[in-house]
Amino acid sequence: MPLPRNYPYMCSDPGQELIKKDIRTLGLNRIVVAACSPRMHEATFRKTCESEGLNAYCFEMANIREHCSWVHKNRPEATAKAVDLVRSSLARAGLLHPLSVQEVPVTPAALVIGGGIAGIQAALDIANAGFRVLLVEKEPSIGGHMAQLDKTFPTLDCSACILTPKMVDAENHPNIQLLTYSEVEKVDGYVGNFTVTLRKKARYVDHEKCTGCGLCAEHCRMKDRIRSEFDAGMGKRSAIYVPFPQAVPLKYTVDPEHCLFLTRGKCGKKPACQEVCPSGALHFGQKDERIEVHVGTIVVATGFDSFDACRKPELAYAHYPNVITGLEFERLVSAAGPTEGRLLIEGKEPRKVVFIQCVGSRDKNLGNAWCSRVCCMYAIKQAHLVKEKIPGAHVTVLYTDLRAFGKGFEEFYDRVRSEGVIFRRASGSEIYRKGEGLAVRTEDTFLGRTIELEADLVVLSAGVEPGKGTEAVAKLLKLSRSPDGFLMEAHPKLRPVETATDGVYIAGCCQSPKDIPDTVAQAKAAAASAIIPMAVGKVIVEPIVAQVDENVCGGCRICESLCEYKALIFDQEKNIMTVNTALCKGCGSCGGACPTGAITIQHYTDAQIFAQLHTLSECVREESIQ
Amino acid sequence: METITFTSEDEKKSDAEKSLTKSSWTPRIVGFACNWCTYAGADLAGTTRITYPPNIRIVRIMCTGRMDPTFILNAFFCGVDGVFIGGCHPGECHYQSGNYKAQRRVLLVKKMLRQFGIEPERLRLEWISASEGAKFAQVVTEFTEKIKSLGPNPLKGNGCGKKAG
Repeated sequence: MPLPRNYPYMCSDPGQELIKKDIRTLGLNRIVVAACSPRMHEATFRKTCESEGLNAYCFEMANIREHCSWVHKNRPEATAKAVDLVRSSLARAGLLHPLSVQEVPVTPAALVIGGGIAGIQAALDIANAGFRVLLVEKEPSIGGHMAQLDKTFPTLDCSACILTPKMVDAENHPNIQLLTYSEVEKVDGYVGNFTVTLRKKARYVDHEKCTGCGLCAEHCRMKDRIRSEFDAGMGKRSAIYVPFPQAVPLKYTVDPEHCLFLTRGKCGKKPACQEVCPSGALHFGQKDERIEVHVGTIVVATGFDSFDACRKPELAYAHYPNVITGLEFERLVSAAGPTEGRLLIEGKEPRKVVFIQCVGSRDKNLGNAWCSRVCCMYAIKQAHLVKEKIPGAHVTVLYTDLRAFGKGFEEFYDRVRSEGVIFRRASGSEIYRKGEGLAVRTEDTFLGRTIELEADLVVLSAGVEPGKGTEAVAKLLKLSRSPDGFLMEAHPKLRPVETATDGVYIAGCCQSPKDIPDTVAQAKAAAASAIIPMAVGKVIVEPIVAQVDENVCGGCRICESLCEYKALIFDQEKNIMTVNTALCKGCGSCGGACPTGAITIQHYTDAQIFAQLHTLSECVREESIQ
Repeated sequence: METITFTSEDEKKSDAEKSLTKSSWTPRIVGFACNWCTYAGADLAGTTRITYPPNIRIVRIMCTGRMDPTFILNAFFCGVDGVFIGGCHPGECHYQSGNYKAQRRVLLVKKMLRQFGIEPERLRLEWISASEGAKFAQVVTEFTEKIKSLGPNPLKGNGCGKKAG
């Protein structure tokens, strides 16, 4: 017999108390709450029921908010739908069975994917909490984009000076195992018990023997002929290289795409690197290695890619060497960069510098509707650096909206303005050659007229885009992505580092564009979240599993091949299928295919689903009305 | 010859009501949504207040792989005008491949439906991710329109022999 209760805030303390009291005093044995989505508060109410000794799986929720009142304008129709949804939940509730949860132990180790500042910070925090960490990075060195930056806004800290100690800490930490030049290939299992397959790419250098002396790169026949990815193309490297001098680990890697010996099978009489290496570390026969590891939790920190400015042809980035991106500018002004920190374009110091903002951000034509959050501030910082290095230079920043929203940002913006940098609100810029130099034509949106600025250097503030590997990582770990392509958090406000997959957490720019302090904060949050199940030592596995009725099962084995988890085990003797509930995830693929109906999926049984269906279909409606 | 009859306001109203009941068939659609993608997508449509017609009622399942063809057939035998199934995009299934299994079964059921005299278009399978609230609303709107144009389920009224629990 249903007992209706109305309360505006059922999830609040008094609301929950109402439920508890009714369970206690009236002995209710099934509870249905008609309110928000079960994805929001099912867990809350399950706990409420449990606290009064009612099994959590005797609770059911009717989603009349997200699926009804928030999406339908016609009140009578929406009310009729809400009534239907509640009736459907009631029908289901009558058929719910108490289920007991399983506890499984958690492997006390974490995997961190991505070795930028987010991954390094997360790895260090987890390791400091006393858990083993495997930090995987696809490039030959950890460090990520932060290692490429010269100074950081708004404090002008030297980026490398604050990052490299952390990189070294990560390398030397007894709880951290670094795996660079490696990629995650496969992830199986679930929270507490993931099995991860990694591919350690061949470096063609013996990791143990290489001392990082650099003689090989010095003598490489391809020396200074290959675009350096780390220098964003502003410098050149050899075919055997470390990305940058402070690389961690400081072990050389042969670039298989450019090495003469690997591409053509011949490099002089003998590869020069092999000849000069004092420790005999070169090993061209090396093959990719596959490694399998077991971890309890995973932190994803795969970062971003800088927008490819070639996609804005009106900015002529591909045509003029004095049109560069913000990241290229960083390498130019870095003391460790190809020009040793001198701002030189084709050997000359620019006198007229123009910055163009929102290149690849806030641009719906490109499909990049988002603000990249860092470009305003890095352009202000770079404008300051131009003024510092070339005091008489004329610097103009063409912005859409200036967003100086962080701690100390507005103050820094003020300071740079007072240094004589001109900020002009503009839209729709284009770049072309004029005389010896360049000209930028744009619309000054305050003056409402087109202006032309001369320039000998134009810096494009290229935005932040999801990294190229984001889609692959999402598929590996069953993560959702937002429409912009970044990884999606479990809840935008309240679960910002968790994901739809239990035990997998996200940090840094793989989730959305953000600056270094925000990235570090998020990495620490992800680390703390990843530590929780490991510290508790066990996780609760939902008892939503398949069950075979051995009196009905005919032993056809149709279900066996459908199970992705090898949870169905055929009993030869009895000629029936059995379920290993520890492996079963409860997807129900077997139940959907069983021709005899021998398989029951707990909590989503045929009877429960049919009861909902019949309540929602018209024939029963009419019958029950009559 | 023209005859003019006078009717009271009340009579007018009841006539209008009568004609309304006759043409007041509105599609009844049952949707099966997987917990991880489409159900969450429908939730997002709600949080972002994207409206769609109120004819659909969602039944939550953990995975579209759970879709037993009898769920679909039963719904049609019970007079439902349309069945919608929403799962994760290919390659994004929370359980690796449940959505592929659903797709195979849906193709099969569509063939059977024709034999029962039910238009296969009354069954629709879509991939809608947790971030595609707008897509959910759009697909449901389209599907409702489609069912409206098809008219009532031809099996309506035959009854399925089941009584409400």
